[in-house]
This record gives sequence, structure tokens and C-alpha cells, in this order.
Amino acid sequence: MDSSPLYSGTDWDFSTLRRSYDAIERIAHEELGLETYPNRIEVITAEQMLDVYTAHGMPLTYRHWSYGKRFLQHESSYRRGYSSLAYEVVINSNPCISYLMEENSATMQALVIAHAAFGHNHFFRNNHLFKQWTEASAILDYLEFARSYIIGCEDRHGVAAVERILDAAHALSRQGVHRHGGARPLNLKTDQKRERERREYDERVFDDLWRTVPGTKAIVDADPLGERRRRLGLPEENLLYFIEKISPKLQSWEREIIRIVRLIAQYFYPQPQAKVMNEGCATWVHQRIMTRLHETGQIDDGAFLEVLHSTSNVIMQPGFDHPAGGPGFNPYALGYAMMSDIERICTQPTQEDRTWFPDIAGNGDPLGTLRYAWANYRDESFILQYLSPSVMRQFRMFRLLDDTAETTLLVDAIHDDPGYRAIRRSLARSYDPGESDADVQVVDVDLAGNRQLMLQHRTRPGRLLAQHDAQLTLRHIASLWGYEVKMQEVDADTDAVLATHVAGPPAS
Amino acid sequence: MDIIDRRPNPHGKNLENRQRVLVRARAAVARATRAAIDEGTLREVGRDQAVTIPADSLHEPSFHTIFSSGQRQVVLSGNREFSAGDRLSRPSSRGGGGDGGSGSGKGGGDGEDGFRFVLTRDEFLDLFFEDLELPDLVKNQIVATETTSPTRAGVSVDGSPSQIDMARSLRQSMARRIGLRRPTSPEVLLLQTEIAALEETGDAAQRLPILQAELALALRRLARVPWIDPMDLRYRRYTQTPKPSARAVMFCLMDVSGSMSEAMKDIAKRFFLLLHVFLERRYKRVELVFIRHTETAEEVDEQTFFTDPRTGGTVVSTALAELNRIQRARYPKDSWNIYAAQASDGDNSGSDTQKAVAMLENDILPVVQHFAYIEVAASLAQIRGESDLWRGYDPLAHRQPRLAMRRVSEAREIFPVFRELFGRATTAA
Repeated sequence: MDSSPLYSGTDWDFSTLRRSYDAIERIAHEELGLETYPNRIEVITAEQMLDVYTAHGMPLTYRHWSYGKRFLQHESSYRRGYSSLAYEVVINSNPCISYLMEENSATMQALVIAHAAFGHNHFFRNNHLFKQWTEASAILDYLEFARSYIIGCEDRHGVAAVERILDAAHALSRQGVHRHGGARPLNLKTDQKRERERREYDERVFDDLWRTVPGTKAIVDADPLGERRRRLGLPEENLLYFIEKISPKLQSWEREIIRIVRLIAQYFYPQPQAKVMNEGCATWVHQRIMTRLHETGQIDDGAFLEVLHSTSNVIMQPGFDHPAGGPGFNPYALGYAMMSDIERICTQPTQEDRTWFPDIAGNGDPLGTLRYAWANYRDESFILQYLSPSVMRQFRMFRLLDDTAETTLLVDAIHDDPGYRAIRRSLARSYDPGESDADVQVVDVDLAGNRQLMLQHRTRPGRLLAQHDAQLTLRHIASLWGYEVKMQEVDADTDAVLATHVAGPPAS
Repeated sequence: MDIIDRRPNPHGKNLENRQRVLVRARAAVARATRAAIDEGTLREVGRDQAVTIPADSLHEPSFHTIFSSGQRQVVLSGNREFSAGDRLSRPSSRGGGGDGGSGSGKGGGDGEDGFRFVLTRDEFLDLFFEDLELPDLVKNQIVATETTSPTRAGVSVDGSPSQIDMARSLRQSMARRIGLRRPTSPEVLLLQTEIAALEETGDAAQRLPILQAELALALRRLARVPWIDPMDLRYRRYTQTPKPSARAVMFCLMDVSGSMSEAMKDIAKRFFLLLHVFLERRYKRVELVFIRHTETAEEVDEQTFFTDPRTGGTVVSTALAELNRIQRARYPKDSWNIYAAQASDGDNSGSDTQKAVAMLENDILPVVQHFAYIEVAASLAQIRGESDLWRGYDPLAHRQPRLAMRRVSEAREIFPVFRELFGRATTAA
């Protein structure tokens, strides 16, 4: 085993990076058995890091004011010292791109390589959500296409026209995802071809004569309601998809822009669903690798202390009443605690673990168990499956029942035997995207009449859409649809209508 | 694995996006910059560029649910003393209602804080003075092309032969020769004569070869180390410094007699400062002259001008005479752009108004680019009708486009009035 230190002190250069990378790669692949995409490491400055933040960590995006807004926000809080920048950003692509900040010390660079280039990278490559919904090898090319396509549109149709479509599409991006069935792989060639064909078709069928035909008679749609809904594929929960395909008023380039926003939203869809696991995986991996480097004498004690300091900062979980805390869990803390706990259950189980996790307790294969979990779960199911009493005690979790009919909050479960399962169930549910995302669907289109688009939000009483936002978003839909849009908020259990919003297209 | 150093890549990737934010929020940002005036932070105008605009102008809406009634369960960490069945009162502060971070914990729902924006000085002033134009830009146009003149700026190791600094180059050469122990010609001559003498006499045979070797070494050194080398050369360096080309002077005239209240002075001050910032934007160098007057006029510094109270009657023509005197003495018409602004409550001693108007028309208006008269009035007093000075200036303003006059009674009217005075439409191109 190589036991000479990889570097000394805090300064790094490119050969230090490479030596660290090689040592880390050996541990990651040979000892931990991680499977990763090939890595690409890019060293950037703080200002460039702000740029990367702005674009949700995408290496390049089209131009839009919302990115400028995000940039200004990050910049202002960074300059005023309210927040420091992340040490790294990693992109789910093939090759997997990790950004390292130039200010990091040699130890931090090694830690970040272990964290991002191996921890996150392994997760991206193996987790079923990412495998199903994202196409890591195509994303970079697709972003490049999106950027140049939108620039082209701005040249042809003007910035304002493009911005109108982008604004509206961004507002709907949460409702622009195929939640079921995964993503069809992105394919740049076919995308470009389809776009070219759209344009050629337009050019071929263009006939100026049609403009002169006096008022065409509306075709009476005799279809019964059911037939029409079947043909339109209703109900449809992917609003952007529906608008892209069916909207009567859009130009083909406008449809293409909507498609771009939709596909990028689809690409980001898995990220929030596996945040705890992803960060937990990366933190556990970096901690394990750095410990191994220290054990084999490849980093010195000082460097290892820096690692411990940094990791313990990251996995800090302030309590609910702590000024820096608040509700919610630090995904790094929860994820890391659960990963370490699984390792413990596999190697040194207690009697309690044997009753709670009979299938993994004491199986002596923590790595295999973790790799299985990383591949096959998302946050919700992972917590439901693996959150152990010991972690609940460690975090001192308790559950509050908030009933607006009561004047007080009730502590209805704490970290004790009767409470473990209740807490675990509730915590898992809070990570279920079905709970937090509004279930908005297109239910009908009055094609024969005034072409009104009808949407439905299925919900429960007391959980209506934020009114002002709903109205603004609806106006965006109306501007894409071109006719009036009506939305009803419906109680999912009783079908009672709770609220109705209507928006007409902008008068122009 | 590849390592790529992206640090040299072009920076400012987000400039374009940032510009778009500005365009989008232009109206809101412009409102915010003007609000800065009303809030009385004028002294910092053009320097402190952080503005806060309401978030809704940059709001990105989306469908999201908020919890308003019913039941929900929230898991939290950090339990110290609770047991199942305990009841807690609802926290009132911090977002209220025990916002769970889980599920639909979207906090205040629609609410969003104001958006803080740091504008560069140029962006700020652009917005601030949008659509404004200086009247009578004749002189400004002449000097629009910036002239520069070369000034000495140290020495450099390269340059054109005409700029060789002889003394410095020779000093370098001497230092080098001493450093490299180049023999001087007297030393060589001494050796040669000594050798010649020894050769003639023929004695001290063992000393001769030593001297000869020494001479050979000295000659070799002489050949190797040049007397002057290109690396000794030093050149005088010049840089181009811009000449202050567009200069402007701004005369601030204010009535500080007893009838001017503090509030009125404050309004006047805002106007002066606005004008100052505006001129600074157009001219490289702007000088300020403060003239205050009661029955007599005197030039004072800014501090005294705005803060030192005076009492007495009002004779406007004294201030105009003082302006005239200073302008003749220090600011010749052909090399300065001259602006003047007068603030007064309109009172003047009865006999003086005619004199003041005549002085203004004959002596002052011909030399200034623009003369702005603002009459500040407590809002009640405005009902009283036209003041002495207003009645006197008014016909003149109709004859002379260079004289502009407006009435202001409240601080928030300052900016609109300023815009009116300098709005593009009024410019006679």
C-alpha cells in the first residue's frame, strides 16, 4: 500500500489534484466497488461558481431574465457575507462534470473529488430514478442545442416574443413532467430533424390564398364528450406536453421552445426526490474514502482534522427551536446518519436492529447493502424502509399534529417504542412528491365551442393553491393556449368544487 | 479523467441575463431610484446604488398549494422535553403557524420579500436621468472628443531612440561594468607599460608570465563585457492623460433670509444636489459655487450654505451681482459651461425686482447655458398667488428660453419638476 503523503500543506497544483484523484479512485473502485461515469474535473473561480449556481448547476443554458435574477440574489447574499459558496457543484452528465473552487485547500479538493466525482457520480449512474428519467450522456448536447435554438428564435422573432413563451413555460415547469413511464431518451439528431421537418412542412403548405378566403365555417364537432377526451388523451397531467401538442394558436417554434423547457424540467425531476439519499451517499463515500486515505498514511493528521471539521459542519442538524434551524431536515445530516446506521446494522447489530431489520442485520456486507439501497430507492421509500429507531433517537425526532381547529399543537408521537413507526411513516410521507406537488390536470377542451381549456386541481379542503400565484400562472397558460382557461379546485374525495379560477388570453 | 482549468474562461456569463432583469424591472427600478430621492438620501445619489424593488415585478408564479386549514403532521428534530400527548401553543413569530418544512410547507404562500438590487453607478444614473437632456449642449459638443496629452511617467526599458535617457543609461552601464569587473583602460595601459618595462630590462623572469596572463585576462574581459550594452538603455516613458475638456461650473443661489424655513431650504437643497449629480454625469469636472444672500450676498462653502441660518431682508440683485463678479473673475465664458440655479421663496424688496430682472437679462443670461429658478413655497403660501420675483421673471422667461422657472412646495415634487426642466422635449436642438 502506498503510504507516502499525497501532498503536504494546503496549497495544491494540478499534479496534486491528479495524485489525489488517482488515490481516491483506487479506493472508490477497488474497495468500495463504486461504478461511476468517467469524470471531468473543472477548476473555477468564485464568480464562475455563481454563474453555475444561477443555472441550477447546468454548464450552459439559454438566456433568460430569471437566471439574471437568481444571479443577483446569490451575488448579493454572497457579497454581503450572508452565505458562502458551495465547495463544489456536480452535474449529472456523462462524463460527469465536477466543479472545484480554486479557493479550496488541497484537503478540500480531495474531499470534494471523493464527494462529487465518486459519491454523487455513483448515485447518478446507479439510482433507478436517474436511470429512468434522465439521459446523462445526452444532456450536454441537448443544452447546447437548446441554447442555440433559442438564440436563433430571438434573432428571428425578437427577444420579447421568445421571453413571453419562456415565462409561461417556466411557470408550468412543475406541471411539465411525465411522472409515469420515465423519459424517452433525448436524441439530439432526431430533435433537430423534427424541428427541420416542422419548418419545411410549414413552408410547403403555406399558401397565401388561404388568407383571402372569406370566413370559414366552423366545423361542428359531433363527437360525444368521451370520444373527444379519448382522442386528446385526456385527462393529461403534463400541461406543457398537452399545450405543446394541442394548443391551437402556437407557432411551431413556440412549440419547440415549450418542448425545451419541458425536457429540461424532466431532466431535473428526480433531483429533489432523492436529495437525502444523494447527499447522504456522497457524504458517506467521502468520509469513508478520506478515512481510508488517512489510515494508509496518504494524508496527514492535520489534513484529516480538516476533513472531520468540514464533514461535521456539513452534517449539522440544528434542532427545531434553534435560531439557525427551523423545520425540515438537513439532507446531508439525515442521509449521512442513515447511511452510517446501515453500516452499523450490517456489522454490529443490536437486538433491536435484529427485530427491525431481520434481512440485513449482521449480514456483514455493509457495502453491498448500501449499494443496493442507493440503486433502488428514493427518499420516501428509503426512509420508510431504513429509518431505524437508533437514528430517530439520535435526531430526537417527534411529531406534531397541527389541527387548525385546535388552539394548540399536539405532540402525538416521540422517539419511543409506540412512536417509531408513526414518525417514520410521517417523515417518509413528507418526502413524497405526490404530497407536495399540486395535482393539476387538463380535463377537457371545448373544441366545438369557445375553445375553453378546462383544468382541475384535485386536492383536499384547506390545501388550495396560493391564490395570487394560481391566477398569474393561469394567465400564462391562457397566453399559451390562446383562449380562455378555467380551473376548478376539486375535493379529491367528494368531487365538490372548492374554488374556481378563470383567465382569458391577453388582449393583443 | 480530465482536469480542466476553467479559470481563464471568459467571465461575466451572466451579464446578458442581468441586463434582461434590468429591462424587465425597468419601471420598478426607476421608481425605486426615484424613491431614494424622496427618502432624502440625496447626498449619496450616484454612489450608494443598492435599491430594493418589490418582488412582484420579478415574481415567477407557479401552482403550489398552501396549508390553510385542516390537519397535518410534521416531524421535527431536537426534542428535549416533550412526551406524547403534550400540547404546545402555536409559535406566533417566524412565519407563524408552525410551518412544517415538510409537505406543503411553503411558508407565507404568496408572500416574497423585496428584491435587493445593486446597480452600478452608470446603471443607476442612466435610470435616474432617463430621458433627460442638458439644455444648450453647444460647448459640450465641441469638446465631446476627449483630448489627451503625454505626461512623463517614469522610465522603461524599451522605447524609441529619441526618448533615450542618457544619464540613466550610462549609470546603468557603469553599474554593470563595475559589477562584472570590466577593467578600465588605464588599468590595461598600466599592465602593458609594466610588461614592456620588464621585457626591456629582462629581470624578474618569474613575474613576467604572471603579468602577461593578467593582461590576457584583462583583454579578454574587455572584449567580453561591452562598454555599453542594450540592456543598459533606459527610455523616458510617457502616458496619455486625458485633459479635463468639458468643464462646468454650477452656481447655486439661495435666499437664506428669515422667510425661508428649514423645510424650504431642504427642498432647495435637493434641487441643487440633483442638478449637481446630473451635471457630473455630463461633465468630467464640475465646480460648485454657493452664493447665499439676504440683503447682501456672499460666497460660502457648502456646509455653511445649507446649515448656517441668517436673518434679514431680501435683495436678490446682490446675489446676481455676486454671481456676475465671480463668473468674470474665475470662469471665463469661452472655456466653461455655466449653469445657475436660484432658489427662493419669491420675496424681494419691492424696488429691487426690476433691477434684478434687468441684471439677469443683460449680464447673466447671455453667459449661462441655463438658468433655473425654482420657487419653493410652503404649500399654504402657494395659494397666495404670484410672488414679487415670479411676476418679474415670468415675462423674461417667455422671451428667453434659457431661463426656466417652476414652483415646488413639497419634496416629492422635486424630481418631477427637475424632469420638466430638463426633459428632452424642451431641448432646442
